[in-house]
Amino acid sequence: MRILRVKGRSLVKGESEGFALVTSQPISFFGGVNPKTGLIIEKGHELENAKITGKILVFPYGKGSSVGAYVIYSMAKLGTAPKAIINRETEVIIASGCALANIPLIDKLKKDPIKVIRTGDYVKILKNGLIEIRKKR
Amino acid sequence: MYLKREEEKMLDGEYGEVLAKCMRLLVTVGELFEAKKLINVKSCHISGVSYKNIGDFGLKLLKEFTVENVRVKVKTTINPMGMDRSLWFKLNIDKDFAKKQFKILSLFNKIGARCECTCTPYLAGNKPKMGENIAWAETSAAIYANSVLAARTNRESGLSALASALTGKTPYYGYHLSENRKPTIHIKVKFKPLNQSELSILGYFIGKAFPNSVPIFSGLNVNNLDELKILGSGLASSGNIALYHVEEITPEAKIFSKKGLLKNLEKFEVSRFEIKRCLEELNSGEEDFNSIFLGCPHYSLTQLKNLSKSLNNKKIVKKFYVSTSKRVYAKAEKLGIISKILKCGGFVLRDTCMVVAPIEKFKIKGIITDSAKAAYYLKNMGFKVKVKSLEECVKFAVEN
Repeated sequence: MRILRVKGRSLVKGESEGFALVTSQPISFFGGVNPKTGLIIEKGHELENAKITGKILVFPYGKGSSVGAYVIYSMAKLGTAPKAIINRETEVIIASGCALANIPLIDKLKKDPIKVIRTGDYVKILKNGLIEIRKKR
Repeated sequence: MYLKREEEKMLDGEYGEVLAKCMRLLVTVGELFEAKKLINVKSCHISGVSYKNIGDFGLKLLKEFTVENVRVKVKTTINPMGMDRSLWFKLNIDKDFAKKQFKILSLFNKIGARCECTCTPYLAGNKPKMGENIAWAETSAAIYANSVLAARTNRESGLSALASALTGKTPYYGYHLSENRKPTIHIKVKFKPLNQSELSILGYFIGKAFPNSVPIFSGLNVNNLDELKILGSGLASSGNIALYHVEEITPEAKIFSKKGLLKNLEKFEVSRFEIKRCLEELNSGEEDFNSIFLGCPHYSLTQLKNLSKSLNNKKIVKKFYVSTSKRVYAKAEKLGIISKILKCGGFVLRDTCMVVAPIEKFKIKGIITDSAKAAYYLKNMGFKVKVKSLEECVKFAVEN
């Protein structure tokens, strides 16, 4: 099995592992995700109807209302949140939500995460922003 | 990011989970913007108060922030909510909404925030001094604090301002640093704005043309604080702008003129032509207008006086709302201004405004306003809008 290690900036610290769900499109947690089901509900989104619960969610950055931060926090409380988030370059909505919910958050990887990680890869978040990608066969 | 021992303790949960959460948020935002440390703040202003905006998510989250009886460490005010606390039942606001809104208010009260519910906290006893570090959300208030009062704040979110209020800290980056307060574009104003609506459009236009900039205006004859307030609210709404300067007027402008920094700055000339074109773009058609909304940002005493003069006891025949703060309302009431406006048939709302109230229930079609900020947000919500001067707004209100 091919294993890749990439370093990034660890914004919300913590270790985690799980299967990756990757999109090249930004995500709006407020209105774009159903916090009760963990499904992406934004019409026409690449990940429409995909479940983000328990995944290592990889996307470029957050968009939409700042209430998105409250939604991320609620999802953690409901048990529907992703295990960790990897952004190309994050912004305040995702950062605030992950910080409150204590969901590990990494951005600014040495390689573009949207290119090196594919949906279904197994991703481990190690300490200090180091991630390990086990490529799906 | 460097943390003091006390801050480390907060982060590690030695003072409870609420402060740990707040600290984690501030440290994360700080690291996102490469802040080297946290600094103390003198005052906070929190947004995200209306139940319409934050919904059950926000209500739940606020509840969790109050469980450990943590209280604000500095003077803290809050933004408008979804209704006037004493008039809500007259405004088609349903009981469930009101119940939840009152719950939110009680949670803010519990943490020790001053519950005046206004976007002009500087007219309601929260007026920071020059050079003070503060953490203010509400874009029109943050830009006023930075530009007119020369206090120092970033454009905080409701959550980061809440975290700052409870910890008394904010990450040291952005507009807290002198080097980021320098103007980045020189706007030469080649016309004389006729009224506050034109100033608001000027702000909106420049914000759209130069987002995230620090503009310095020259040739702009601003006469009072209301005009600076409305100019800033336009800049902040369309362009994420948090700080501007006006030559000869705002406190920090002379520092930059003196240092000769303006010479090398990119210049942009703006005439009434651009303002008119921008207005045409913002306005949506001629039909279906049945409402007038004034008071975005919340009207000051002078603005209420001018409105009452302009109404001149004429009967209002449209839906007419003007928003202000509790405190300004009380002053205006003493002077007999409120009763004059009410007699004409308008609503004078406290605690709230059209942008954060559930106005989809107000049977409104098109809205005429004197504020580009209000027009921008209301248009995004799907309403038809038109920006007019106060006189034109009043004329429309009293005409059949």
